[in-house]
Amino acid sequence: MNEQQPADAAADPLGDETVIQLIDVNKWYGNFQALRDVNVSVKRGERVVVCGPSGSGKSTMIRCINRLEAHQKGQIIVDGIELTDNLKNIEAIRSEVGMVFQSFNLFPHMQVIDNLTLAPMLVRKMPKADAEAIAMKYLERVQIPEQAYKYPGQLSGGQQQRVAIARSLCMQPRIMLFDEPTSALDPEMIKEVLDVMVELADEGMTMMVVTHEMGFAKTVADTMIFMDDAEIVEIAKPDVFFTNPESERTQLFLNQILTH
Amino acid sequence: MNDTTPSAAANPRHTAPPPTERVAMLRWMRENLFNSPINSMITVIIALFLVFALPDFIQWALFQSVWSGDHEACRAATGACWAVVGEKHRPMLFGVYPYDQHWRLILALVIYLSVIAATMTPAFWKVKILMPLWIFNLIVTLILMWGGVLGLQPIETSQWGGLPLTMVLFTGTVVFGSPLAVLLALGRRSHLPGIKSICVVFIESLRGVPLITILFVAVNVFPLFLPEGLEFDKLLRVMAGMAIFFACYQAEVIRGGLQAVPRGQIEAAEALGLSYWQLMRRIVLPQALRICLPGLVNHIIAAFKNTSFVLIIGLFDILTATTAVMEDPVWRIFFVEAYLFVALIYFVFCFALSKYSQLVERWLGEGRRF
Repeated sequence: MNEQQPADAAADPLGDETVIQLIDVNKWYGNFQALRDVNVSVKRGERVVVCGPSGSGKSTMIRCINRLEAHQKGQIIVDGIELTDNLKNIEAIRSEVGMVFQSFNLFPHMQVIDNLTLAPMLVRKMPKADAEAIAMKYLERVQIPEQAYKYPGQLSGGQQQRVAIARSLCMQPRIMLFDEPTSALDPEMIKEVLDVMVELADEGMTMMVVTHEMGFAKTVADTMIFMDDAEIVEIAKPDVFFTNPESERTQLFLNQILTH
Repeated sequence: MNDTTPSAAANPRHTAPPPTERVAMLRWMRENLFNSPINSMITVIIALFLVFALPDFIQWALFQSVWSGDHEACRAATGACWAVVGEKHRPMLFGVYPYDQHWRLILALVIYLSVIAATMTPAFWKVKILMPLWIFNLIVTLILMWGGVLGLQPIETSQWGGLPLTMVLFTGTVVFGSPLAVLLALGRRSHLPGIKSICVVFIESLRGVPLITILFVAVNVFPLFLPEGLEFDKLLRVMAGMAIFFACYQAEVIRGGLQAVPRGQIEAAEALGLSYWQLMRRIVLPQALRICLPGLVNHIIAAFKNTSFVLIIGLFDILTATTAVMEDPVWRIFFVEAYLFVALIYFVFCFALSKYSQLVERWLGEGRRF
């Protein structure tokens, strides 16, 4: 976060390379403004956690980054490529940016292994054997290699979400986006998914995570973003964010979710 | 239900045994046939009807019927004259196709039905197997029916008739109509306004016209617009008309299936970088087609029976061929038996299709719920 952390820039372990940049991004659904003048920049290797009340525009923002939603004003530049209506650019960016959804969105008519090999084979034109080898590698990483030949409907929610993460990783993305990855899970399954995400963060993956899991945020985040009412209210380092937030709205939100 | 087993007594958590067959049947009757005064009344009325009508029908169809012999024997008997089927089945099944060439049609039908049977078997569901199989099937059956090569006497399509004609029309309709239906359905949901409006106009205008009109146009009006000398086979034009009509209905069924596929499926595929056609072919269509399978089969069955519309443009499918055969003054009075025979053929095909579709639904459904 260029502007927000000038003091200790020298001590920052992150590189200087900015991989995601949103400049004055605006988006409307009809007359409803979903994003208002959003400015964010993410460096390679940075872990950003986005939080805020529901309807504040968090999901819309990260869905704009791989153009599942189109913004109407401003610029979004991912990995040096600006997102426009150019289909080639969009497909190029999508193959570099992995995304994990709240509702898993595994393909129910395919076995787990085929869910994982599909995109590498179709998009990266990888031979089947190589794709399967990579798929098994990532299934082992998320600790469910034994589920490879089951259908998604036969797995628990936590297992499905871990498969979804593995599916994204099979494309060997440079950036991972997580859109409330644990919100649809039963409480006892949240940890197994978060563990996988923490591990991923430890390996230096550039991540942008929309979540209400503040424990996770405290553990992995380099940067916290708080959104409310379609705009970014506060961007801060987690130690400042959780102990001494600048904005009153951030304080109120943290009080609400940390003290229930 | 006093007959608890010893093991049930020993184990308090043991579930009760299911009710015996007889009890289950009585309960089924109470729940389904006599569950309200109106239903009880309907049950009684239908039962009375069966009691009065069924014995007479069985007497007519089985015990007093004539199974072989000439029309004199039939006239002497009081029951059904099934001998008419034995006497006339060749022209009924094969129309005006030259009598001494019927073996070609029989062979073609055997090959065709074997390929259909193979196609229905999941073990053969691979493009590498089905493509060559169907190309072989089309070439061989067409050579057999058309002739003109390998020393086979050439036979014009205008002389094709009966069951093979029904099969050719039905296959052509489904094979050419189905891909068109998918394209129309996708086009109707396209974000490109030009493609979308073309598909909407195409579907809505053709759906709003009776099939007979389309066939009439294909046969009588369409050639007027062609340049002199250029002519398409009448059978081909009819088939094209039927395929387009079929596609318009089927497109709407498929659109229903497309709408039922959750938006998240498309987003997940897009997020992985799949292109529009990749995600349609691999993610959306397989799920959509499974969802709308009952509706698809419904229209396929309708298409099978719609082949009988060719009667109005002078082609002899199995039904029209039967009507023509029954002009024979000697056998004319036994037309009911002849039509019952044809009805049985239609029923066997349609019922088999319907049962098969239920099987397919079960196969596709295994372990693959959302």
